[in-house]
Order: sequence, then structure tokens, then C-alpha cells
Amino acid sequence: MLPAIFYEIIKNFLYYNNLTLMIIDEVFKLIFGQDFIQMTDNFVEISDLYFTRNDHWIFRDISLCIPRGKIVAIMGPSGSGKTTLLRLISAQLYPRRGQVLVNGTDIHSLNQTDLYKIRNSMGMLFQSGALFTNIDVFENVAFPLRERTKLPEDIIRSVVLMQLEAVGLRGARDLMPSELSGGMARRVALARALVLNPQLMMYDEPFTGQDPITMGVLVKLIRSLNDNLGLTSIIVSHDVAETMSIADYVYVIADTRIIGEGTPEQVLNDKSPMVAQFIHGLADGPVAFHYPANKYQEDLQL
Amino acid sequence: MILWIENLGRIGLSFCQSVGVSGLFLSRTVFRKPRLIRLFPLVIEQIYAVGVLSMVIIVLSGLFIGMVLALQGYNILERFGAVEQLGQLVALSVVRELGPVIGGLLFAGRAGSSLTAEIGLMQVTEQLTSMEMMAVDPLWRVISPRFWAGVISMPVLIAIFCMVAMFGSYLVGVEWLGVDAGQFWSNMQASVNFRIDVVNGLIKGLVFGIVVTWIAVYQGYYAVPTAAGIGRATTKTVVYGSLAILGLDFILTSVMLGGW
Ligand SMILES: Nc1ncnc2c1ncn2[C@@H]1O[C@H](COP(=O)(O)OP(=O)(O)OP(=O)(O)O)[C@@H](O)[C@H]1O
Ligand SMILES: [Mg+2]
Repeated sequence: MLPAIFYEIIKNFLYYNNLTLMIIDEVFKLIFGQDFIQMTDNFVEISDLYFTRNDHWIFRDISLCIPRGKIVAIMGPSGSGKTTLLRLISAQLYPRRGQVLVNGTDIHSLNQTDLYKIRNSMGMLFQSGALFTNIDVFENVAFPLRERTKLPEDIIRSVVLMQLEAVGLRGARDLMPSELSGGMARRVALARALVLNPQLMMYDEPFTGQDPITMGVLVKLIRSLNDNLGLTSIIVSHDVAETMSIADYVYVIADTRIIGEGTPEQVLNDKSPMVAQFIHGLADGPVAFHYPANKYQEDLQL
Repeated sequence: MILWIENLGRIGLSFCQSVGVSGLFLSRTVFRKPRLIRLFPLVIEQIYAVGVLSMVIIVLSGLFIGMVLALQGYNILERFGAVEQLGQLVALSVVRELGPVIGGLLFAGRAGSSLTAEIGLMQVTEQLTSMEMMAVDPLWRVISPRFWAGVISMPVLIAIFCMVAMFGSYLVGVEWLGVDAGQFWSNMQASVNFRIDVVNGLIKGLVFGIVVTWIAVYQGYYAVPTAAGIGRATTKTVVYGSLAILGLDFILTSVMLGGW
């Protein structure tokens, strides 16, 4: 406790750039043999990120922060790179330029062992669910426990059933993934992502394909995980109403950059034409609904 | 002309690149901290899928090959009045060549293609990525058990193939065409040398097992993530696997006959 306070004081006193911060961290690590770096308030910090795909810019100079313990929503039109952003944060993809700090470490500079250590504290709900198709629902949720822990079988069983109960699928435990509906599969995937109690949860479109009742339950679940377990969450979605009701902070990305950010109220009342168009779902406006293309008339050869 | 050279260069480069990538891929699958206790049940599970389920096709084709060999061999040997040499003829050709090569080709078609399709589909549906997100290395959890299962199964399957083929030739040669059973077996026993024939045959089987399984898991892992991509990868597994078997068979045989 005392070293932690000491660390905060020194840091605030000496802090003027990232390098000194790093040196302070290292010195403290040497003296106390313990990482204080997680005391910083942003779980994820992205700075000056550039990313391309097939000579096609996805991000140009994006910077954003995900504060610890908060729910941050990333919104934007389809194809604007929201999923790509999550993949960059979890180091499934590597940026052209720029840095992603997760819990204070540059995640793209790690070797496999250290990367897996950090990934132990991350959970990700894939847009497609990505369940293992050769094992049933129960085994899918039990998979991370069996692989990453040495828990005895009866504890695994209770943990898995608890997780499945939370997403309302305890009765479906013996079904195979191919026997689930799309919405059910995503809820199983959610249970699986949560089963190791990650510190950072990334939800890629958690509400898509859910009925209004389930949607309400999921919103409550995500909120209560954050409030009770101190999770940090990133929600990717284009469900404006649901996302606004749950998020603490919202980033809107479109056209390779961040076009708006703020608390839900700020974003809802944003006067900039691009944000307003996206939030209110207007067809006409500066945000392109189309993937970049040449003139429509030319393509049709009129 | 310039274009031709350019294309040649491009093909050469991409060949070198894929050899390098697949070599790295293999070394990352094989050379890693052994966690045998965890790996063992996974390998057993895969030996069932890769090896045991290939048994039917291996046994049936072994039987037919043996029977055909006996028929053909009997016809030729009869001209020289040497039908009692049938056992020797069948045993040597099966153990030295036909067993490893045909067994390998069948394995590439049956087990190799299904390995590629399975891994490719796991790649397409993001199962491997989600595994990585759980800090479980798919190379260790998915690829390595399948690789070892293939490497272990192939020599065993080839041994079974050889035995069944000899039994098939016994059925045709002795039971049907009336070669003397005692001469059939004793000639076979006298001519087959364990060190030279059997061990060399098994070495071939082991090499083919490594190469075919390597190609299969590599093609699956790096398949283009579309339905057509998986189809192409499966085809490539069978084509490259078969070509590799035939080419390597020539090299191994020349080394074995020439060097030893
Ligand atoms: N594997 C890939 N290869 C090439 N380009 C890709 C690939 N995956 C995505 N892209 C491109 O990257 C861009 C962003 O894709 P991404 O999946 O991040 O969009 P998204 O914001 O998640 O969209 P959605 O809301 O529809 O899920 C798209 O323009 C897409 O064409
Ligand atoms: Mg997406």
C-alpha cells in the first residue's frame, strides 16, 4: 500500500513524458519487485495508430483511451473498422505505425509468452461467436478452464453452469453449436469469454440477433459485470439506443478517423454533421454509406 | 521473353517463401516445450480420427493389391516354372515399394484431405483465433496432436497394409491357384531380410507420414478463408502429398539400394 502511494507521488512529481514514466516504473520494479504500472487509469491507450489493408486505409492517426473500470462504446458504420480496432488492441493484427498500450505495456512489442500472459486478462466476444464446432456447449464454456487452470472437475462444472445460467442457456448445455440459433451461439460465446474473469472484455456486436428481452438481460449483465467485478469493457455496436444506454463514453469512428467522442449525452447532442447523421440514421449526409467506388453511372456504363 | 523470366522469378520466389513459411510452421509445431501429459490424450484422440478411421480403406486396398499381385505374378512365374517363388515376389514388392507408396497415397487422400478441410474450416470460423484469444496456442492445441497422430499412424497403417496384402496373395496364390503353402511361406521367409526390407519400408513410411501430415496441416492452417479456398487447399494437399511421396520414394530407394 505504502509503496503504491509513494509511486503515485513520485510519478506525479517527476512525470513529464512517457520515457521518465517508464524509467520510474522500472526503478520501482527493481526496488519492490512488483509492477505498479497497472495503477495508471487507462487500461488501453492507443496513440497515432495507422493501419492499412490491401493499400486501403482503415485507420489514419487514431488516438483513444479506454479508462479502467468503464464501459466504452465504439460506434461507426459497417465496414469502418470497428472489429479491426479490437483485433489491433488484442494484437491479432499489427499496426503500420503507432502504439497500443494495454495495461501499460506495448502489446505489439511482446513475444508470444508475454502476449499470452496479457491475453489471460482479456476476453473477446467474436462477431461470429467462433464456438468450437466439435464439442458441445458445456465443453465450449469449460474449454478455457480446462486449458488455463487446474481446477477439479466439480468446480469446473459449477463455474460453467453459473456462466450458462447468467446468459440463460443452462438448459442448452448438451447441444452442439450447430444446433443453436445465431443469438444463442453468441450468448454461449459470451459465457465462454467471461468464464476466466478477464479484466478487459471486448464485445463485438453483443446485441445483434437478440430479441428485446434478451437484449435487456445482456445490457444488465454487461453493466453489472463492470460495476461488481471492476471489468473494463469495450463494446462495438451500431445499435445506437442500446449502446447509449449502457456506455460511459462513446467514440464514433468513420472514414479512417474518430469523428466524434464524449459521454452519450454529448454525442447525442453533437452538432457536427457526420456524427449527427450516424446517430440519427439519416441516409443523406457526409458519411459515405458506400464502400469507396468509382462513379455509379460509369460502372453501369450509361 | 522478359515476361517469361519475370514469371519464373516470381514462381521461384513464392516457392522459396512457402518452403520457408512451412518450415517455420513445422519447427514451431514440433520444437516446443513438451507437455506430454496434456498432449498424450489429444494425440490418442487424433490417432483414432486419422489412423483408425483410415483402417478400412487401407485393409481393403491391401487385400486387393495382394490378390492382383498374386494373379499377375503367378501368370508370369508360370512361364518359367517358378510358381513357388510367388511368396518372395509378392513380399518383396509389397514391403519395399507398394506398401509404403500406395499406403501413403491412400493416406494422403483419406486422412490428409480431411485434416486440411477440418483445420481450414476452424480457421474460417475464427475458432483458431478465438483459441489464441484464450491464450491457448492453436499450434500446440490443434496442429501438434494432429501432426504427431499422422506421423505415428502412417508406419503402422503401412505395416498393416503389407500384412493384409500378403494374406491376399496367399488367398489367391495358395487357396485358389494351388501353389504349395509350405513353399509359398518358406520362400517368402527366406528372401525377406528384416534389416534391409522391413526396416527400410518402415523408414519410408515414417518419412511419408511426416511429409504428408506436414503438408496437410500446413495447407489447412494457411488456407484462404473462403469455401473455395478450403476446396483448393484440400486439392493441394492431395496433389502435393502424392507428388512428394512419389518423388521422395525415388530418392529414398536410390539411397537405400545404392548406399546400403
Ligand atoms: N481479412 C481482410 N482482408 C482484407 N480486408 C479486410 C479484411 N477484414 C476486413 N477488411 C476490410 O477492413 C474494413 C473494416 O472491416 P471491419 O471488419 O473492421 O468492419 P466493422 O466496422 O467491424 O464492420 P461491421 O460493423 O460490418 O462488422 C472493411 O472495409 C473491410 O473491407
Ligand atoms: Mg465488425
